[in-house]
Amino acid sequence: MLTYKVQPKGAVSPGISTCQGCMIDVIFRNVLEIMGDDTVLVVPPGCAAQFSGTGPEASVTVPGIQGNLENSAAIASGIANGFKHQGNDHTKVVAIAGDGGTVDIGLQSLSGAMERNENILYICYDNEAYMNTGIQGSSSTPLAASTTTTPAGKKVYNKDLIQIVMAHHVPYAATASIANIPDLRKKVQKARDIVGCRVLHIMSPCPTGWGYPSGKTVEVAREAINCGAWVLLEYENGKVTLGREPSELGKAEKYFSMQKRFKGASEEEIAAAGRHFAERYEYLKKLSAI
Amino acid sequence: MQMQQNMPTSTPSKRRVLGPCSHILAAAHTGSWRLERPSVDESLCIRCGTCARYCPTACITVSREGSPLSFDWTYCKGCGICANECPKKALKMIPEGSDD
Repeated sequence: MLTYKVQPKGAVSPGISTCQGCMIDVIFRNVLEIMGDDTVLVVPPGCAAQFSGTGPEASVTVPGIQGNLENSAAIASGIANGFKHQGNDHTKVVAIAGDGGTVDIGLQSLSGAMERNENILYICYDNEAYMNTGIQGSSSTPLAASTTTTPAGKKVYNKDLIQIVMAHHVPYAATASIANIPDLRKKVQKARDIVGCRVLHIMSPCPTGWGYPSGKTVEVAREAINCGAWVLLEYENGKVTLGREPSELGKAEKYFSMQKRFKGASEEEIAAAGRHFAERYEYLKKLSAI
Repeated sequence: MQMQQNMPTSTPSKRRVLGPCSHILAAAHTGSWRLERPSVDESLCIRCGTCARYCPTACITVSREGSPLSFDWTYCKGCGICANECPKKALKMIPEGSDD
């Protein structure tokens, strides 16, 4: 049983040592509020691990387990199957992992869980590098972004997780952003009521790793949507639905100039990134028209 | 309920953990990190709740009557997201310890 030293806010402890300006608390609070108390949480190491607590101290009121980076989807599948064999069809299993634990290291276990269509909700909060261990580049790091392992800027594009997920024909997948909390809540709500493997990919800018003042987190996330760096979409039963059209599609200058990680980006790289955003959006638009 | 084994850590005098399971809901005193704090201009605030929605620590309470916003200073990290997101620019960040 949990001893309450403090009054939780929703299902999350009020004071968590995430960085100033980090919106991961908001993701956890909203997700756990919608999923309800009858939820089991799986988190791998990373910034999200602060929600699994340290020593005897917990940070969330729902039961959870901290696994390894590579197997959060596998642990969640195991828990979901255990419940199924007990005849428990009401407890929800939620895995919340970062981009390193999803796009790089945990991709095989997620792929397996999606292929078997396990009854789990997998959430990837994407801060586009391994922020917790000191800003190492991941395969979610975008072109020209400087990290400690790509100090001169990354030379290649990032992996497109949502298209990898869509290629697995899961019942529900969506991208969301912390710049649009009502949309995020709507998608989590939709995912809660669907049986099967649901995947949510949520953008969560990192003030420490991206290099902007902590107050501008939501502004940066909103600008990413405006220039097409982040596309809000839903994939349901094979049908793609796009969100509102970006107002400045392909114009990456403002988004790049807001962040110190793009300080070394050349004009060509900014133009190439903008073209990439526009081309990707056009491709997704064609996909949504099918 | 099965009891957890009481396992001392490498510094048993400082801390004893009870097995691998966490069983106390605790919070860090994140308010001590604050260098700037939000200050509200009550004549501009329209009580829309945008600041409360985006506050990472959920330490803003919007009330319909009286003073529009109340802050939980134990946990406010002073990140400034509320001041940046306010549609009416009713919030501004002032140095911690100053009066207004």
